[in-house]
Amino acid sequence: MTATPMVKAEGVHKSFGAVQVLKGIDLEVAPREVFCLIGPSGSGKSTFLRCINHLEKINGGRLYVDGELVGYRQQGNKLYELKDREVAAQRRDIGMVFQRFNLFPHMTAVENVMEAPVQVKRETKAVARERALKLLDRVGLADKAGNYPSQLSGGQQQRVAIARALAMEPKLMLFDEPTSALDPELVGDVLDVMRDLAEEGMTMVVVTHEMGFAREVGDSLVFMDNGVVVESGDPREVLTNPRHERTKSFLSKVL
Amino acid sequence: MTIKTDKAPDSGDARPASETAAPEALKAIPVRHYGRWVSAVLALAVLGLLINAFAQGKVNWGTVPDYFFDGDVLRGVRNTITITILSMVVGVVLGVLLAVMRLSKNPVTSSIAWFYIWFFRGTPVYVQLLLWFNLGLVFEFINLGPIYKDYWSSFMTPFLAALLGLGLNEAAYMAEICRAGLQSVDEGQTEASHALGMSHAKTLRRVVLPQAMRVIVPPTGNEFINMLKTTSLVIAVQYYDLLQATSNVGQTSGATVEMLFVAAAWYLVLTSVLSVGQYYLERRFARGSTRNLPPTPLQKVMKANLLSFGNRQAGGTA
Ligand SMILES: Nc1ncnc2c1ncn2[C@@H]1O[C@H](COP(=O)(O)OP(=O)(O)O)[C@@H](O)[C@H]1O
Ligand SMILES: [Mg+2]
Repeated sequence: MTATPMVKAEGVHKSFGAVQVLKGIDLEVAPREVFCLIGPSGSGKSTFLRCINHLEKINGGRLYVDGELVGYRQQGNKLYELKDREVAAQRRDIGMVFQRFNLFPHMTAVENVMEAPVQVKRETKAVARERALKLLDRVGLADKAGNYPSQLSGGQQQRVAIARALAMEPKLMLFDEPTSALDPELVGDVLDVMRDLAEEGMTMVVVTHEMGFAREVGDSLVFMDNGVVVESGDPREVLTNPRHERTKSFLSKVL
Repeated sequence: MTIKTDKAPDSGDARPASETAAPEALKAIPVRHYGRWVSAVLALAVLGLLINAFAQGKVNWGTVPDYFFDGDVLRGVRNTITITILSMVVGVVLGVLLAVMRLSKNPVTSSIAWFYIWFFRGTPVYVQLLLWFNLGLVFEFINLGPIYKDYWSSFMTPFLAALLGLGLNEAAYMAEICRAGLQSVDEGQTEASHALGMSHAKTLRRVVLPQAMRVIVPPTGNEFINMLKTTSLVIAVQYYDLLQATSNVGQTSGATVEMLFVAAAWYLVLTSVLSVGQYYLERRFARGSTRNLPPTPLQKVMKANLLSFGNRQAGGTA
């Protein structure tokens, strides 16, 4: 592949105290790719995702987003930690959607979406509002713009959260089990929004238990267990013909 | 009888009407709360005895309204309000700063905040007031280089001593209140804000603090009311507050006890006003935390009137 990978992990290690959670992750996500990450609970999927936008500091290896080292600056063979402001600047281009939505409860839906463009990109309120309303319309919530998060269902909250991340016009979107906290009948709406996003060419890293989504929308899939990548490849291939025992036993439990 | 009424369901020809009409209102004898009556009578009796005692006592009640709007008393009221508000401003601003310092990862700043809180919470505010006033014994001069230089005694006016004594003490308490508030905000909020590219400072100001306010505002209202009463201690630094004013007037006019009642009445008026303000402030910061805000007392009255009006109308046309 000639294009710079959107995400490149080289031997990424992460421990919390004495507990090693990531034990050398190597992977590449190409631009416009939908990259699915599956694996049992506690295998380190969320931790890896959080390392990509430096919500967690890695202890070893290298992580690049769009060719740029995440959280550090390298001069010669010395690494320098980036300042708060510089880390914030890197995160602007990376959207993140959380399992528990994490909308700002003291702001209405449209205010949630406007917040970062106004505060970070210094857009005027009028411009930001207009764009926020368009984004809410795009996720099917034009009529809920004035609602507070507590007045929205889980599925609606998650779609507002996606619109909020998109408002920063990111080049990469991270999804951490975006449908796991939802009632089954609300999952479809959120997956539809994600499918549209994928069709428009957004680069996405998606931690998910929705194997149907991975199979239909995913371009590649990685199975993680116990802090290592066990198996990766085309989602349809891996999901139908897993080569490793651990993948097989995991899939037999979730499918 | 030819008149059909749906209030007589047992009459044969009224039956079709009763099927479509609203069901008859449920009539039940409510539970009798004898305890309430007994306690109310007891309370009234005690109140009567108290009023009688005060009325018979050697208090000249007529002077209380006379002096309520006395010029000197009003000046004392103004000063009490000023020092309360300014001390609270110092306390809140410094308190937020101390709370953020206390939660900071930097061990130096968090230790400084810890030490400050330890000192100011650990000593009586009365002692602190006296200390500020008498620091002239330690520092003869105050010297801020080319900007300001003066004797301590002429720099530390009663007003400044009162402001520093009350404000710095309050900051220690506000710091603890703010710390509890900041810690009450879910960590996911900080993460979401950081993930959007907002800096630490922006995250604090736009996301964490507004949510912490819900926890911070109610105890801060109490602090405000407490502060209003604590200002009566500034007599120690000769600041001319409400209590100082009323006792001065009391001494010159000979109506000492009466003037204490004037002071008490003014404190009650001021604390009542603060309580109302607190109610509306709490409502404002509850935004988004409940699906629907409860109505204000005013809205309740309006709604009750409208409802009873609506009922009467419905009853009339049914
Ligand atoms: N902040 C933290 N401190 C300590 N341990 C953590 C922390 N975050 C995650 N872990 C641990 O790291 C492991 C992987 O967690 P996580 O990445 O959330 O797994 P997954 O998302 O795959 O379920 C778990 O054992 C979890 O307990
Ligand atoms: Mg997880």
